[in-house]
Amino acid sequence: MTGKTLYDKLWDAHLVDQAEDGTCLLYIDRHLVHEVTSPQAFEGLRMSGRTVRAPEKTIAVPDHNVPTTEGRETKIDNEESRIQVEALDKNARDFGVVYYPVSDIRQGIVHIVGPEQGWTLPGMTVVCGDSHTATHGAFGALAHGIGTSEVEHVLATQTLIQKKSKNMKVEITGTLPPGVTAKDITLAVIGKTGTAGGTGYVIEYCGEAIRALSMEGRMTVCNMAIEGGARAGLIAPDDTTFDYVKGRPHAPKGAQWEAALTWWKTLKSDDNAHWDKVVTIRAEDIAPVVTWGTSPEDVLPITGTVPAPGDFQGGKVEAARRSLDYMGLKPGTPLTEIKVDAVFIGSCTNGRIEDLRAAAEILKGKTLAPGVRGMVVPGSGLVRAQAEEEGLDKVFTEAGFEWRLAGCSMCLGMNPDQLAPGERCAATSNRNFEGRMGRGGRTHLMSPVMAAAAAVTGHLTDVRELLAETV
Amino acid sequence: MEKFEKLTGIAAPLDLVNIDTDMIIPKQYLKTIKREGLGVNLFDEMRYDQDGNENPDFVLNKPAYRETQILVAGDNFGCGSSREHAPWAIKDFGIRCVIAPSFADIFFNNCFKNGILPIPLPQEQVDILMKDAEKGANARMTVDLENQTITTSDGVEIAFEVDPFRKHCLLEGLDDIGLTLNKATAIDGFESKMAQDRPWV
Ligand code: SF4
Repeated sequence: MTGKTLYDKLWDAHLVDQAEDGTCLLYIDRHLVHEVTSPQAFEGLRMSGRTVRAPEKTIAVPDHNVPTTEGRETKIDNEESRIQVEALDKNARDFGVVYYPVSDIRQGIVHIVGPEQGWTLPGMTVVCGDSHTATHGAFGALAHGIGTSEVEHVLATQTLIQKKSKNMKVEITGTLPPGVTAKDITLAVIGKTGTAGGTGYVIEYCGEAIRALSMEGRMTVCNMAIEGGARAGLIAPDDTTFDYVKGRPHAPKGAQWEAALTWWKTLKSDDNAHWDKVVTIRAEDIAPVVTWGTSPEDVLPITGTVPAPGDFQGGKVEAARRSLDYMGLKPGTPLTEIKVDAVFIGSCTNGRIEDLRAAAEILKGKTLAPGVRGMVVPGSGLVRAQAEEEGLDKVFTEAGFEWRLAGCSMCLGMNPDQLAPGERCAATSNRNFEGRMGRGGRTHLMSPVMAAAAAVTGHLTDVRELLAETV
Repeated sequence: MEKFEKLTGIAAPLDLVNIDTDMIIPKQYLKTIKREGLGVNLFDEMRYDQDGNENPDFVLNKPAYRETQILVAGDNFGCGSSREHAPWAIKDFGIRCVIAPSFADIFFNNCFKNGILPIPLPQEQVDILMKDAEKGANARMTVDLENQTITTSDGVEIAFEVDPFRKHCLLEGLDDIGLTLNKATAIDGFESKMAQDRPWV
């Protein structure tokens, strides 16, 4: 008999009902909510006189629209943003869900707050009206984004109507070279499979290089599973996971901890499980990468040069032409000659403490290159406090960076933090779409150390050269 | 969800093909926190000029069609972006039924989720209904979901097809949530079992 994958096991453990046509009803253990995709869902509940079935499993936090500057508890200038944040305040209160308002130090990006507070645990199903919900898969939880009608469905029923996806295994063998990080792994995978390569699949990341990652690194990897088109990304829980979870405010304690641990240890794919697709990458082959275009699959090692449209085939030729035009790049230019105007360190991909430590390590005793503006936006109030305790804020501010309050910030520019037209940014976020960080803004995705290196030199830089200097 | 059984009302002719969801509700209205209230901006760019004044030539602005409940339109209605705001705007205006030679897939599904009945019919039959709709306020059309018929103002009857499950949901006013709530016993059962197996959740 073929064994089961981790995804199969999580699916089976949450199956409430299966219809004849294969449509399933899955139980949802945690529902994360933010201000942009939830107002109509709560409104729908009100109109139909329904309630939230499990308010204690529903966690709300404003993050997308909030300014990252002081004074935001009392005043948000943009009216539409303010209305959405106020609506979340009211909905959270009216329906009694768990809530972290901007005035709470625990507020932050929903995908950072969930794990930090111990709401996200191994073996759970986690959903949120946000595509980067994939982040929580790092705990061995089945986690994915949903639409507004589905948000309402989960609020009312604590279940979701789903059809099962296929299984894909992505194995990263060996050991990452110095200067190469989790972000490079996840970008390299998308570079290899393409943005639609994961469509219809749930990906499980495994292999030595994944095992060696911290929880922060694993979250970075899973966060971008969606950028590869996958429904969700998973990493089987192990001691690294259990150590991270233990003692978190909402993690189980005492006898319940022991019981949980016993079950969590069974959460891995069987050796004889069936995979619909397998991708293997050697960690030694991964170099620090950056994106050159306007799709996350437009990835190249920093040692490369800007490609020409003719290097591609089919529809991608035209897409590449359009990308290069938007990005203002000339084919054949070495990537390290691309000058940047701004550096953004933050987002649900790379806004955790480890990311800030790594960036600060590069920036210590150095300053932003002339004419470059830098912004560091911690992923949560607690990440910010921790960083301040470690003196990282000083490193950033002394280097000339702005040290902001927690939120999504420039990652999608729904708040005041935006790029100006034509402004070029080294960013640790996850989407380099046209206009994503501000109309006409140009985004190069990369890891926190690579972003820090670009900040120091003023152009895209191979961080390994800076590392060599310090040794 | 609001039930749909039998509807007698004014039908408006909108004889254009490829009406996309951007035309139905432009993107600047997506930052709202409500489903309702979008009706005033339904077909915004056709309905109003640059300064926000009504365009008197647009069908829904004509006195005879202000109370429209049925829309008769051209081929491939609802194509483009998947925004659920499109059916929200149609419903908010008061339109409960759209008749066209064909519909874009996502829009078609979204209609049923929001209590709207989309009816695809062969072009010749749509032409008959389009003519009838042109008669204005005095010509009321009847859409009978139970019997699957449309009756024009002068008594011509046209039969239509609808998926039996979706028909059932509309007649009973059941949305996905309503249907899932019918399985409350299964959900309750799952929760009590989980309270035993995984009490920490
Ligand atoms: S940080 Fe960016 S990607 Fe993450 S939830 Fe916020 S807007 Fe989305």
